Amino acid sequence: MPWLDDILWTYQTLIHSLGINGLLALSMYVVLAAGQLSLGQAAFMGLGAYTGALLSLHTGLPFALVLAASALAPAVVAAVIGIPTLRLTGVYLAIATIGLGEVLRVVYVNAGITGGALGLNGIPGRTETWMIFLALGLALAGAFAVGQSRIGRAMEAMRSDGIAAAVMGIDRAAGQLAALLVSAMLAGLAGCFSAHSASFIGPNDYAFETAVTILSFAILGGTGSPLGPVVGALVLTALPEVLRPLQDFRLVFNGLIIVLVVLFLPRGVVPWRMPRLGRLPRGMAP
Amino acid sequence: MTALLHVTGLSKRFRGLTAVAHVTFSVRAGHIHGLIGPNGAGKTTVFNLISGVLPPDDGEIAVDGRSVTRLPVHARAGLGLARTFQNIRLFDGMTVLENVATGAHARLTATLMQCLFRTPAWRAEERRLREQSLELLEVVGLRDRADLPAGDLSYGEQRRLEIARGLASAPRLLLLDEPAAGMNPHETEALARLLGRVRDRGVTLLLVEHDMGFVMKLCDWITVLNFGRCIAEGPPAEIRRDPVVIEAYLGAKGAARLACGESSL
Repeated sequence: MPWLDDILWTYQTLIHSLGINGLLALSMYVVLAAGQLSLGQAAFMGLGAYTGALLSLHTGLPFALVLAASALAPAVVAAVIGIPTLRLTGVYLAIATIGLGEVLRVVYVNAGITGGALGLNGIPGRTETWMIFLALGLALAGAFAVGQSRIGRAMEAMRSDGIAAAVMGIDRAAGQLAALLVSAMLAGLAGCFSAHSASFIGPNDYAFETAVTILSFAILGGTGSPLGPVVGALVLTALPEVLRPLQDFRLVFNGLIIVLVVLFLPRGVVPWRMPRLGRLPRGMAP
Repeated sequence: MTALLHVTGLSKRFRGLTAVAHVTFSVRAGHIHGLIGPNGAGKTTVFNLISGVLPPDDGEIAVDGRSVTRLPVHARAGLGLARTFQNIRLFDGMTVLENVATGAHARLTATLMQCLFRTPAWRAEERRLREQSLELLEVVGLRDRADLPAGDLSYGEQRRLEIARGLASAPRLLLLDEPAAGMNPHETEALARLLGRVRDRGVTLLLVEHDMGFVMKLCDWITVLNFGRCIAEGPPAEIRRDPVVIEAYLGAKGAARLACGESSL
């Protein structure tokens, strides 16, 4: 089907972005679902992107290993900032992760190996569309499976009432740290895909603005289920393209749509809440 | 020694205020044990110390002879300790049934990998959990509310859901912080029957309660606190006649009324 190939080729960047942003949205969801706010998803993504790009440019590692390394590097950093901040509640993690983003940006600008302010060029295009969507599909399936188990219930419990959750035997600090690590891995993976799709990365690609965009995926989509943030990412990624005929006004409309959703759909465009215990078998309903 | 819970010399100060001072008592296995005292006597603080929500300044807490004083809150659930809260703390967004299932967290064994791949062992555990949770809802009379959000329940129903959630971990000792608060007499009577059934299932109960009729009728043993100190201990029949308790509770006037045979204790 040549017409399909045409579409895929023409819109390849957009299609890649849809999947990558879906992964980023899921990484945001995992943190939010455990009751924490991280503004470091862009920083974790950047770590994955730089790790992946440097490995591809300087070593002959197969892409699977590059991806694995790009997921692990941000997880290690997440552990370093997560362990001291997770004992605290509230906005401490958010503040620490904003700081992380800024620190990393300065490192990228000043370190020689990261190409300074010019970033890294000529990253091989190793990302294939199927890889992104396979990763997104697996991550989504994993989020659903875990979310509907005792772990998912524990996460919602610690988000809902940390003290009551602890009394139920739920280790909040460990649970939230684990969620942060998984989230950093997903963001790192997304960063690696994006670096090998765009062929160029720069230090300003992973700054505060990107972190807020990733958060807005989750807010727009809703956090009742893993599906919400992914749908939010798809909408917010496709919207600028759909609004292209509006030319200069499209950013205005883009912002307007977000404001309207927050005002009138506080639970997001996917308000459905994932059940945390298997459904009642038919005929057993009370 | 049949003491399931042993509290020795427990003390807690909040800045200048001594909330709990050298409190010592034991809860025998199979008993319904009442912890009573006027407002501000330190009852809820004792609960927070036993459940680990607050760290004590001094003293020892042992469950079944094993010290739990230095264990974090979440580690105590696995030793058979569960509690409810005076100011109800349900997981509001979850359904009634999910709240109960979450209460069972400590005794579930599924690992991350089992959850991720939905193995037969995981499925079997979740199926049993669902059945057990529904059964507990039946016990507290909330079976027909199973799929409602917990936040939609009435006050009395939320209290009963807290009890069901506390029982879900199959605890040996359940701490109940004012379980009858805000209930009408009819609901209180039903609660007394419910707690009797819970004890008959082999769960030891330690409860803080202000409804004296309820406490005197239900409890096997009572410890009385006043100003953070233990002022009396004994079976209900003794406690209700103890002049120290009557005065702490009712003041001199009430004590006089009680002497005229107008018993409210």
